[in-house]
Amino acid sequence: MRKLVILGGGTAGTMMANKLRKALSRDEWEITVVDKHRTHYYQPGFLFIPFGIYNRSDVEKSKSDFFPSGVKVIYSDIDKIEGEENRVLLDGGQVLHYDFLIVATGTQTRPEETPGLTDKLWKKEIFDFYTIEGAVDLQKFFKTWEGGKLVMAISELPYKCPVAPIEFVCLADEFFTRKGIRDKVEISLVTPLPGAFTKPIATAMLSELLKSKNINVIPDFYIERVDNDKKVLVSYDQREVEFDALTIVPVNMGADMVERSGLGDDLNFIPTNKFTLQSEKFENIFVLGDASNIPTSKAGSVAHFASEILFENLMNTIEGRPLTAKFDGHANCYIETGFGKGALIDFNYETEPLPGTFPLPGIGPFGLLKNTKMNHYGKIMFRWIYWHILLKGKELPVEADMTMAGKKRVSL
Amino acid sequence: MANKEIAGKTVDVNADGYLNNPSQWDKDVAIEIAKEEGIELSNKHYEVIEFLRKTHESGETLTIRKVGKSGITDIKGFYELFPGGPLKISSKIAGIPKPSSCV
Ligand SMILES: Cc1cc2nc3c(=O)[nH]c(=O)nc-3n(C[C@H](O)[C@H](O)[C@H](O)COP(=O)(O)OP(=O)(O)OC[C@H]3O[C@@H](n4cnc5c(N)ncnc54)[C@H](O)[C@@H]3O)c2cc1C
Repeated sequence: MRKLVILGGGTAGTMMANKLRKALSRDEWEITVVDKHRTHYYQPGFLFIPFGIYNRSDVEKSKSDFFPSGVKVIYSDIDKIEGEENRVLLDGGQVLHYDFLIVATGTQTRPEETPGLTDKLWKKEIFDFYTIEGAVDLQKFFKTWEGGKLVMAISELPYKCPVAPIEFVCLADEFFTRKGIRDKVEISLVTPLPGAFTKPIATAMLSELLKSKNINVIPDFYIERVDNDKKVLVSYDQREVEFDALTIVPVNMGADMVERSGLGDDLNFIPTNKFTLQSEKFENIFVLGDASNIPTSKAGSVAHFASEILFENLMNTIEGRPLTAKFDGHANCYIETGFGKGALIDFNYETEPLPGTFPLPGIGPFGLLKNTKMNHYGKIMFRWIYWHILLKGKELPVEADMTMAGKKRVSL
Repeated sequence: MANKEIAGKTVDVNADGYLNNPSQWDKDVAIEIAKEEGIELSNKHYEVIEFLRKTHESGETLTIRKVGKSGITDIKGFYELFPGGPLKISSKIAGIPKPSSCV
């Protein structure tokens, strides 16, 4: 019996388990998935919880509902990977041997990495919405908050779903407008990036959008610490931003297990060939999703497009062919912009987000870099697609490779 | 691409003034670019620059965090050496490409 082990049964691991179980003979291949948690969270839904649009029950399902039959599932923490020995040690002492290993342990938030962040204001006036607990706490807080300086801050790059903080401030603008206290709420976005987003054309569009909503952007701000007494964020170059309520994306890091395995960089992301998705260190280890260091967004859509490439390359290597499938870094993100509208960006390693239309056969077109109602529906539909199509490893009507169809080349 | 005269040498720079070819770099070029940025280079600056060039050469992505863990300086010190945008400015002086923060 040959053995394939998948570490992490989140978005990426679940998709791969479904694709591979279908393709590999059950007589020849044993597939094992390891995850420490039994609940699968629809993380993109966390964004909507603080504003009462979604609740906990809208984003939680049992992981086991999404694993195909014929896959062995072990709920356990992972101690480490021993790449030289082709084996994984689990926390209870169990040992898993593998012919091929897929690492899909994602990225987690590390608030303790920022001095002062988890002090006395944590969960009282400082929140995150990247965890279910944080999102739920913030919903409670917003119900009675009477206004003041609301700061949305990003601690470190990279972090998953790079557009989520922009969406957060847009939804906050709508939420407090509807509550009738928008004039009492000053909203700011604090980012280590030089602007609202990395890519220049999208940044120009998004800056314009935020300005029109009276949301300040404070760029190039790299947070050193949080001063709980003065209620300020302090940057490494000693600038300060005051807050009454702080929502933060804490430092994102890969799993500690990656560090223990000697496989990670300084943030525990795994050096990975950005085209083939093979780990730089071991030929039979592949990395999918947020766990890798490939230079594209950490997003579910990216994991989805990459999963098609990884599937091809795994089949290639299993059947003795070279790794001919190449990932282009394709990312496709709906950006919720409030008041029932949304924007859509589509890009890859080479091409930054461009304006135009996105041709989704049968449903689209969606406006690229445009603020439309259709894009908002795209985001809302995404939850259904996520649970019913994406996780099951089924085909979406979107190609893994980015297409230039509908895009307009522009220069700034 | 454009050619620019720096410290008596013709070097190839991009629109933002970053060297397109790190091998055209030398200390005189560094001093000149630093001057344009209003920085007078000390030994500490050179240590950082050397670290940046080595890390870049090895194909690794540079981050402010990585420089802060280099043992040469911490992040605060890095900001003091290259005020404003430490990684952007130091990369320019070190003759390596402009850091692209990728999200
Ligand atoms: C607020 C928010 C909004 C988002 N919005 C969007 C969006 O609109 N569009 C989009 O495409 N993406 C979005 N994302 C990003 C998306 O959710 C992630 O990129 C995606 O889930 C990554 O999949 P993954 O499998 O790599 O990681 P995950 O889905 O996080 O899975 C990792 C799994 O590994 C397990 N694990 C980790 N360490 C260990 C260990 N040591 N032992 C055992 N198990 C372990 C975890 O329990 C988890 O189940 C959003 C994320 C957030 C937080």
